[in-house]
Amino acid sequence: MTWAPITVDATHFYLQVYFWIIVAVLGGLFLLMTFVQGGQTLFHTASNEMEERAITNSLGRKWELTFTTLVLFGGALYAAFPLFYSVSFGGAYWVWMLILFAFVLQAVSYEYMNKPNNLIGKGAYKFFLYFNGVIGMVLIGAAVGTFFTGSNFTYDPVTRILHWGTAENGINLRGLEAAIDFKHGAWFNLAMGILVFAAARILGALWLINDLDNNEFPELIQKLRNVVKRCFVILLVALLVVLYGLLTMKGYAYNIHDPKGTVYLEAGKYLHNLLAFGAIPLILLLVGLVLFVLGVFVTVFKESNKGIWFSGLGIVLIGIIIFVIAGLNGTPFYPSYADLQSSLTIQNSSGSKYTLMVMAWVSVAVPFVLGYIIWVWYQMKKRGPITKEEILDPESHAY
Amino acid sequence: MNIDLTMLEWARAQFAMTALFHFFFVPFTLGMSFMVAFFETIYVKTGKKEWKEITQFWQLIFGINFAIGLSTGIIHEFEFGTNWSTYSWVVGDLFGAPLAVEGIVAFFMEATFAAISFFGWKRVSKGIHLASTWLLAIGSNLSALWILIANGFMQHPSNEFGRYSIENARLEMTDFWALITQPVAQVKFLHTISASYTLASIFVLGISAFYLLRKKHIDFAKKSAAVAAAFGLVASIFTAVIGDEHAYQVTNTQPTKIAAVEGLYIGKKGAPIVAIGIPKNLKATEVTSNDEAFVFKIELPKMLSILGKHRFNAYVPGLKDLIEGNPEYGIWPLKKLAQIGKEAREDLYKYHEAKKTGDTATMQAAKEDFYKVVWEDPKTGIKLTKADFIGYGYFANPNIDPDLIHPPVPPVFYAFHIMVALGFWFIILFIWAWVAVVKGSFETNALLQRLAVLSVPLPWIATSFGWMTAEIGRQPWTVFGVLPTAESVTPIALQNVQATFFMFLTAFVILGIAELKILFTVVKSGPKGAH
Repeated sequence: MTWAPITVDATHFYLQVYFWIIVAVLGGLFLLMTFVQGGQTLFHTASNEMEERAITNSLGRKWELTFTTLVLFGGALYAAFPLFYSVSFGGAYWVWMLILFAFVLQAVSYEYMNKPNNLIGKGAYKFFLYFNGVIGMVLIGAAVGTFFTGSNFTYDPVTRILHWGTAENGINLRGLEAAIDFKHGAWFNLAMGILVFAAARILGALWLINDLDNNEFPELIQKLRNVVKRCFVILLVALLVVLYGLLTMKGYAYNIHDPKGTVYLEAGKYLHNLLAFGAIPLILLLVGLVLFVLGVFVTVFKESNKGIWFSGLGIVLIGIIIFVIAGLNGTPFYPSYADLQSSLTIQNSSGSKYTLMVMAWVSVAVPFVLGYIIWVWYQMKKRGPITKEEILDPESHAY
Repeated sequence: MNIDLTMLEWARAQFAMTALFHFFFVPFTLGMSFMVAFFETIYVKTGKKEWKEITQFWQLIFGINFAIGLSTGIIHEFEFGTNWSTYSWVVGDLFGAPLAVEGIVAFFMEATFAAISFFGWKRVSKGIHLASTWLLAIGSNLSALWILIANGFMQHPSNEFGRYSIENARLEMTDFWALITQPVAQVKFLHTISASYTLASIFVLGISAFYLLRKKHIDFAKKSAAVAAAFGLVASIFTAVIGDEHAYQVTNTQPTKIAAVEGLYIGKKGAPIVAIGIPKNLKATEVTSNDEAFVFKIELPKMLSILGKHRFNAYVPGLKDLIEGNPEYGIWPLKKLAQIGKEAREDLYKYHEAKKTGDTATMQAAKEDFYKVVWEDPKTGIKLTKADFIGYGYFANPNIDPDLIHPPVPPVFYAFHIMVALGFWFIILFIWAWVAVVKGSFETNALLQRLAVLSVPLPWIATSFGWMTAEIGRQPWTVFGVLPTAESVTPIALQNVQATFFMFLTAFVILGIAELKILFTVVKSGPKGAH
C-alpha cells in the first residue's frame, strides 16, 4: 500500500503514525519491564529468609520504573488518542479497574512487607505482589488481545453516547466478557493473557539470575533455571495459539484514504500487516522470537546469567510488532464487533494536529530519558550483583 | 444524555476519596524530598557522620510515603478514563498533553533517581548520590507543576489556549505555551508546593520537638529542628503571599467560587470578608440581604474588594447576581448564558447532521453561527463566541434548579476559612520556632515544643481543605463554564461505581492504617536503630 495519503491531511496522518509507533515502543518496553511482575510470582523458589529478601531487593529497586512506564503508556495514549482512553477505560471498566487495583496493591508492598508493625503481615504483602504478577499480567495480555478480537461497544463521538453491550449471559460485564465470550475470540484473549504472564515469569527468572550473586545463592539460581524451562513450555503453547489466531482470524480493516474510514473485515489481515512495509514487521518479529528463545537457551543449557539481555531485547521487538500490526496499515486498533463503524483507528481517535505536533516536540526528550535511565542502571550495577552483605548492611536502605 | 444522578454522586465521591487520600502523601513527599536534599547537602559539605544519620532517618520516613503517594496517583490517571470517560473525550486533547509530559519529564526522573538515592549509598560516589537526591526532589516537584497545569485548565479554560472544535465536538488545544504559562496554573502551583514545604517542615519540627520533650536524640532533634524552622518560615510566609494572589485570580476567573467562599449572595461595592461566621445553606434566589445568610458573622469591611480586585470600592458580584444577572455591572443572567449555550449545541448537532448528508451549505452556516462573537471586552478586546458558552446549554433544561450553578456555601466557606486560619498559625509557629532556634532556646522551651507536636496533623487539615475549596468551589463544572460535572461522567450502572468505591475504600483504609503504624514505629524507635 502507498504511504502518501492524498485525501487526508498528510502531516496529521504521519503524526498519528508516529504516535502509534511511540505507543508500540512503550508497549514493548513495558513488556520488558514486566520482569518485575513475573519475578513477584517466584517467591516460592526461595528456600530461606535470605533468598526471599534477595528476590525482594532485586525487584524492589526496579518496580517504580515498570509502574512509571505503565503510567506513561497510559498518558501517551490519553494525549495522542483520547477517544481510545475514553471508550476503552470507560467501556471495559472492570478490566482496567482490576488492573489498576492489582498495581496499587503492588506499589506499597515492597516498602511495607519487611517493616515491623505493618498491620497485615508479610504474607499479605507477598500475596499482593503475587496477585499483581498473575492477575495484572493476564488481564493486560487479554486487554491487548481485544485489540485484535474486538470489543462489544457502539460509540457516537458527537452525542458522546457510549454503549457497552451485554454479554451472552445477560449481565453487563464491562470488558470482562473478553475472557468468557468464546464466540468473539475469548480463547485468543486468554492465550494472549497467558503468553504475557509466562513471558513475564521467564523474564523475572532471567532477571534474578543476572542480578543476584550466583555464588552466594546457588540453589536459588538453579531453581530459577528450572522455572525458565517449565514456563517456556507454557509460553510455547500460548504462543502457538496466538500465532494461529493472528494468521487465520479475519481482521478489521479500513482504507486510510477513505474520508469516512469505513471499517470492514478482511481475511488474513494480520498476515498482510506482517508482510506490509517490505515485510519489516515479519523480519523484526522473527528476530525478536529468536532472541527470546536464545536467552532461554543459554540460561537453561549453557548455565549463563546473560539470558535477560537476549530475551529482554527480544520481548521489546515482539511487543513493538504486536502493536504495529494492531494499528498501522489501515487497521482499527480498537475494533468493535458490535458495530464495525464504531471501531477506533489511529485516524478517528487521535488528538488534534496541533497537540500531536507539540507532543512530537516533547518526545525529543525520550532518548535523553532513556539515556539517563541506562546510565543510572549502569552506576548501580557496576559494583557487582546484590549480595547478602548488602542486604544485611544497616546503612543500606534494603527492603 | 440521561445520567443517573445517584451514580454521579458516587463517582464524585470516589474521585474525592482518591484525591484526598492521595493528597495525604503528596505534599509530604514534595516537601520531604527537599528536606532530605538539604540534610544530605550539609552532610556532604561538612562530612560529619551525624548529618548522614539525620539524612538517612528522614529519607526512611520519606520512602514510606513515597510508594503510597505514587500508587494512589495512578488511580487518578485511570479514573479520568474509567469514571469520567466523557470528560476525557471532550477535553483529552488539552488535558492529556500535560499528563503525558508529566510522565516523560517528571515521573522517570523521580523513579530513576529514587533508586540511587535510596539504594545507592554504597554503590555510587557521594557527589552522584547527592545529585540524585536533588534530582528526585526536583522531579517530584516538576510532576506537581504539570498536574497543576492540567488542573489550572479545569479552573480557567481560557480561549487563549483552547477552542471548542465544531468539527470534532471537543475542546482542542491552540497554544501550548499559553496553557503552561497561564497565571492561574502557575499561582496554583506555587501555592501548592509552598504549602507542601510548610507541611513537611511542621512534621520535622514536630517530631524533633517530640524527641526533645522525651529527652531523646537531642543532637539529632536540634539539628533537624533548625533546618525545619528556617525552611518552614520561608515556606509558610510564601504560601500566604501567593495564596493572596491565588484569591485574586479566582475572583476574576471564577466569580461563583469566590462568592460562595465568602457567603456573598448580593454583590456590592467595597465587599467585605467574613473573618468568622456561621453561614446558612440557602437558595440564592430567595436571599434578600447578605446578613440573613449567616447565623452570626464578623466582617472585615472592603477587604474582599481589596484582595479580589485590588480596589477599595470595586464591585464583587454575589451568587444571586450571578443567577439573575445585574445589568448595572454587565452581569448576564444564567437564562441568557443558557440560551447562548443551547444555540451553540444546536449548531453543533446541525453541523453533524448536515455532514452526514453532505450538505455543505448548512454545515457552513452552522459553523459561522457557532463561532459568532457574542461578547467583547471593550478594554482588552477579548472576544467570546457562542462556542465559549456551550457548557451553559446544560442549564437550558427547564427542570434544572438555577441554584445548581454555584457550589454550596457552607462546605467551601468552612474549608477556606479554616485553611486560612491554620495558615496564619503556621506563620506564627515558625517565627517563634525560628527565633528560638537562633537564640538557642528551642531545646528548653517546653511550651513551644508541645505546640509543635500538637501542630503536626494541622497542615494535613489545611491542605485537604485547600483542595476542597478549589474542587467543590468549582462545581457544578469539571471544566469551569465549559463542561458540567453531570456531563463528564461515564454512563455506567450504579452498582459498578459502588463496587469499585468500596474496593478502593477497603484498600485505602488498610493501607492507610498500615502506613501510620509503620510510620509511628519508625518515629518511636528514632534515628538510631531505625534501619
